[in-house]
Amino acid sequence: MPVSPDIERSMLNGQELKSQKKREEWVLLGLSLPAIFVIALVVILPVGWLFYLSFVDGHGSFSLEHYQKMVEYKSYARVFIATFKVSALTTLICIVLGYPIAYFLAALPSRWSGIFMLAVLLPFWTSLLVRTYAWLVLLQRKGLLNDLAIQIGLWDSPVKLVHNMTGTLIGMAHIMLPFLVLPLYGAMKKIEPDMMQAASNLGASPVRAFGSIYLPLSISGLAAGSLIVFVLCLGFYVTPAVLGGGRVVMVATQITAILEHQFNWGAASALGVVLLLATVLALYLAGRFFKFDTALFGKR
Amino acid sequence: MLFLFVDQEDAPMNNPTALPISIRGLTKKYGDLNALNSVDLEIKSSEFLTLLGPSGSGKTTLLMAIAGFNRPDAGSIKFGDAEMVLTPPHKRDVGMVFQSYALFPHMTVSENIGFPLKLRGLAAKEARGRVDEALATVQLSGLGDRAIDQLSGGQRQRVALARAFVFRPRILLMDEPLSALDKKLREHMQIELKQIHRQLGVTTVYVTHDQREALTMSDRIAVINHGELAQVDTPEAIYNRPKDQFVADFIGESTMLSLTRGGDGRLSFGSEIISSSSPNPSVSKWSLVVRPERLHLLERDVNTSEKQVVFRGHVKEYVFQGETGFALIALNDMTILSVRFGTGARSRIRLLELGALVSIGLMREDIILIPEEGQM
Repeated sequence: MPVSPDIERSMLNGQELKSQKKREEWVLLGLSLPAIFVIALVVILPVGWLFYLSFVDGHGSFSLEHYQKMVEYKSYARVFIATFKVSALTTLICIVLGYPIAYFLAALPSRWSGIFMLAVLLPFWTSLLVRTYAWLVLLQRKGLLNDLAIQIGLWDSPVKLVHNMTGTLIGMAHIMLPFLVLPLYGAMKKIEPDMMQAASNLGASPVRAFGSIYLPLSISGLAAGSLIVFVLCLGFYVTPAVLGGGRVVMVATQITAILEHQFNWGAASALGVVLLLATVLALYLAGRFFKFDTALFGKR
Repeated sequence: MLFLFVDQEDAPMNNPTALPISIRGLTKKYGDLNALNSVDLEIKSSEFLTLLGPSGSGKTTLLMAIAGFNRPDAGSIKFGDAEMVLTPPHKRDVGMVFQSYALFPHMTVSENIGFPLKLRGLAAKEARGRVDEALATVQLSGLGDRAIDQLSGGQRQRVALARAFVFRPRILLMDEPLSALDKKLREHMQIELKQIHRQLGVTTVYVTHDQREALTMSDRIAVINHGELAQVDTPEAIYNRPKDQFVADFIGESTMLSLTRGGDGRLSFGSEIISSSSPNPSVSKWSLVVRPERLHLLERDVNTSEKQVVFRGHVKEYVFQGETGFALIALNDMTILSVRFGTGARSRIRLLELGALVSIGLMREDIILIPEEGQM
């Protein structure tokens, strides 16, 4: 029996179109395979290995020994508290310094903002170690900053600015600043200039317009930047190690110490796992307060 | 749906709180560019005045100066008797509808409209009443809790308008508020804005580059060009009695015909006498402004008379545009005249063949004479 012409029309090229779609889907999957492979190799495998090591004791058998020690010894808790404290303070300093910088950059005409943006980004292109040691030179007892402060009479005798919390915070804030400024600048750039004009036209004083319009519209960028800084600080090693001079013990420095002195992979792994989980928890909690999608991925 | 019925309540209302605006010697330069060149303009209380001009003419600069968003180099802006030129924008108490609407994306519709009320310290209950009232005026009742990004373009436009008048400002400014809407909605909103203006009775300054919009909505139009006011008049006067070539050219369609002056002061085009005397003897060169829709096809070949001027030429081109069309007529001296015609079945001009010889009449009362450029 011949197919009715109507049905035939509605199926015109149907099979071919369907198989073409299938083929494209396979090609797309094929294109993403290298990325999936790399992620598996450099992320999932090592992290899995880390998990595994943290549950193995010195004799190679399964144990919760490392986690037990972390609960028993107060020193571990102190390291975590110090890590969170340093990270939170650094984030706070970055917010206080970074918000005006981002505002300034966003307010400039684009040909100027490019130049100033370069000034913010320039340190990015020098090695982290170089920047950290540069601070060491600037901040030391007979360093540039102490000399200058004594000369203009800010203080009389050299002040200890490095190998302590002060030095660590100065160095970390400097290195983290661009991570806060960039997303914040992006959020501020998206605020149309006529928003502030409208607020002012409707009767808002400049302070009021900032509080009711500008700040709420830039808060997603501020939150995203703060989160990036906070999370990066949690695992920061070089700067606290050099500028803290052993007096600021954070999780990353502690892990290194355990490996160097005790060669205890299990204990070090357990610390790493707890830090990772703490970071994920921090991200989750922050995500519940702010809609990061907006700032990080440009979605609403 | 067009609201063409004018209710009794919609009749022009004199709002006692509306203020006249008096602008004197307002000057603003951007580098070498004279954005505003010593502008004088008196805007009457409760009037709907449109600033009309091409882009870069200074119309937005003038509006922004009234709102307080740019600082003029010199001049005076008075609302009533109060000098405003030094007053910061948030103390001017003028409502403004921005071209981009400038609605706050982190606030709902009601919060946007309520924002100026909150700033003025209105009690929450009274503020809510005023917001609902404003929503009703712009026909958005019930949409108060919507987020801004859930609204269509036309709805956003209405919210921006409601927010601009909810605090009962003495002056309302609008910067091309309809330019983002499609043609149908734009034409609908023109009528609606006009009705809302009549209801509120607030002094309104409206900026547009669309001459049709200006003619539709305004009590008076201020045509602005190169930072100077070319003509300030009612829409009819602007259209029928343009003062110079720029106004004649910018508003409506027109063909300019250069006239020759005879020894006795008569102005003529070719052999046709257009005017027996010059409107202003000190100006030597005059142009005749011919509006395409004021021309008509003559049945027979008649001569120029006391009633009308007659042009003769060949049909060169027909263009059909829907409700009307136009024909291009090449005159003997190769000047091209455009003649607008209706497209109904009876429109005789459509039946003519290309190249046909025709006579075109212009009634004497439709004659518009303007001094030629550089002759003022």
